[in-house]
Amino acid sequence: MITKRIIPCLDVRDGRVVKGVNFRGLSDVSSPVSLAKYYSDNGADELVFYDITASAEQRQLFTEILTEVASNIFIPLTVGGGINTVDDFDRVLKCGADKVSVNSGAIRNPSLIDEAAKRYGNQCVVISADVKRVDKTFRVFAKGGRENTGKEAISWIKECVERGAGEVVLNSIDTDGVKAGFDLEMLQAVCDAVNVPVIASGGAGCIEDFTTLFNKIPKVSAGLAASIFHFGEVEIGDLKRELANNGIPVRL
Amino acid sequence: MIAIVDYGVGNLFSLKSSLAYIGADATVTSDAEAIRKADKIILPGVGAFGDAADKLRESGLDKVVIDEAKSGKPLMGICLGMQLLFEKSYEYGEHKGLGLIKGEIRPISDVIPKNLSIPQIGWNALIFKGEKHPIFKYLKDGDCVYFVHSYYGAKCEKSVIAECEYGAPLTAAVASGNIMGCQFHPEKSGKVGLDILKAFCEL
Repeated sequence: MITKRIIPCLDVRDGRVVKGVNFRGLSDVSSPVSLAKYYSDNGADELVFYDITASAEQRQLFTEILTEVASNIFIPLTVGGGINTVDDFDRVLKCGADKVSVNSGAIRNPSLIDEAAKRYGNQCVVISADVKRVDKTFRVFAKGGRENTGKEAISWIKECVERGAGEVVLNSIDTDGVKAGFDLEMLQAVCDAVNVPVIASGGAGCIEDFTTLFNKIPKVSAGLAASIFHFGEVEIGDLKRELANNGIPVRL
Repeated sequence: MIAIVDYGVGNLFSLKSSLAYIGADATVTSDAEAIRKADKIILPGVGAFGDAADKLRESGLDKVVIDEAKSGKPLMGICLGMQLLFEKSYEYGEHKGLGLIKGEIRPISDVIPKNLSIPQIGWNALIFKGEKHPIFKYLKDGDCVYFVHSYYGAKCEKSVIAECEYGAPLTAAVASGNIMGCQFHPEKSGKVGLDILKAFCEL
């Protein structure tokens, strides 16, 4: 039986993980390599690296770090942040990424999805959507959630999948950072609309939030979170054991 | 030495680094002579079957792989590389494979329930079939590996050495003598995957 995936997301700036603190037994908590290894050893099913650097030099540093991570950690790696062209796909795939997540770059140029899927396969292209309720409709936001694109979210996500995206990361701006649970209503709407795997993001505050997610929306494939893992509020091993105790299939 | 066949399809970074990590002597190559000299061959691949089969033929390496496999050299196909070992595939039309494993590649939508996502992406448990194959010698029941696929090996009952359950039993690995194939990605399957590669290196 396919297992539900638990995915920590690491923001990397200037070659260091931002927000990485509070791990026992881990001396360098902001080293992407040691943190990635820690997560991999402790049951993470995949890792997402989000490049939040701005300059070309820092981007070079990011790819060097990605190379080092990919040379030592053998679970799927997704890279996002600053992906605007097929050349950007090429750059991170050559350094060991397995999947590439596009967001604002696809909003600006939707055919980026078609081109990348044609060249690297649908399995390689992940559409990441930041979605917020505006006047009771779901709207897509760009630039890290700061700019309302006016696009209706469900039709945008459907379009991306039709263009060749093989996976969807749905980040609810409404629940992100609130730590009161995933946005079940929004996730259900997306799961009803597309047939590719959907990854839930935004809102996890405790183990129960993941149990509720997978119980209420069986079609969701994975749960993604950042700070609750980084701050040690939720240990991935504990989380997966609890999911298993609740009859949810996980890789232990 | 293990030759990882480079015919211009897919990302070989992880495969190369995972073999290096376990201390195997492996090289990524498109050189026929290097493949002939190698002790073992790995045929990787991602993307669409038709394109990959064409590229393999254009490179002329299809004949090298077939000759070496028939000479008894251990050969492992991974993901699309496994599918290429089959006789044919129905991915976007009908395409001829290498014919080293009896059977054909069909869409998983033929057999799985409609409510399941396609592709199958994620970790799924291996269900060993028959006597546990040597490449699984370090594995235990319930061990999970990482799958990404929309097509699967069908009509290959005699060669199936492991399945996974995704609403229906799907071929996870095949073997026929010295020829082996994994639908999943051992190079992305953590310690379990490294153990499979290690066992292959020890054949």
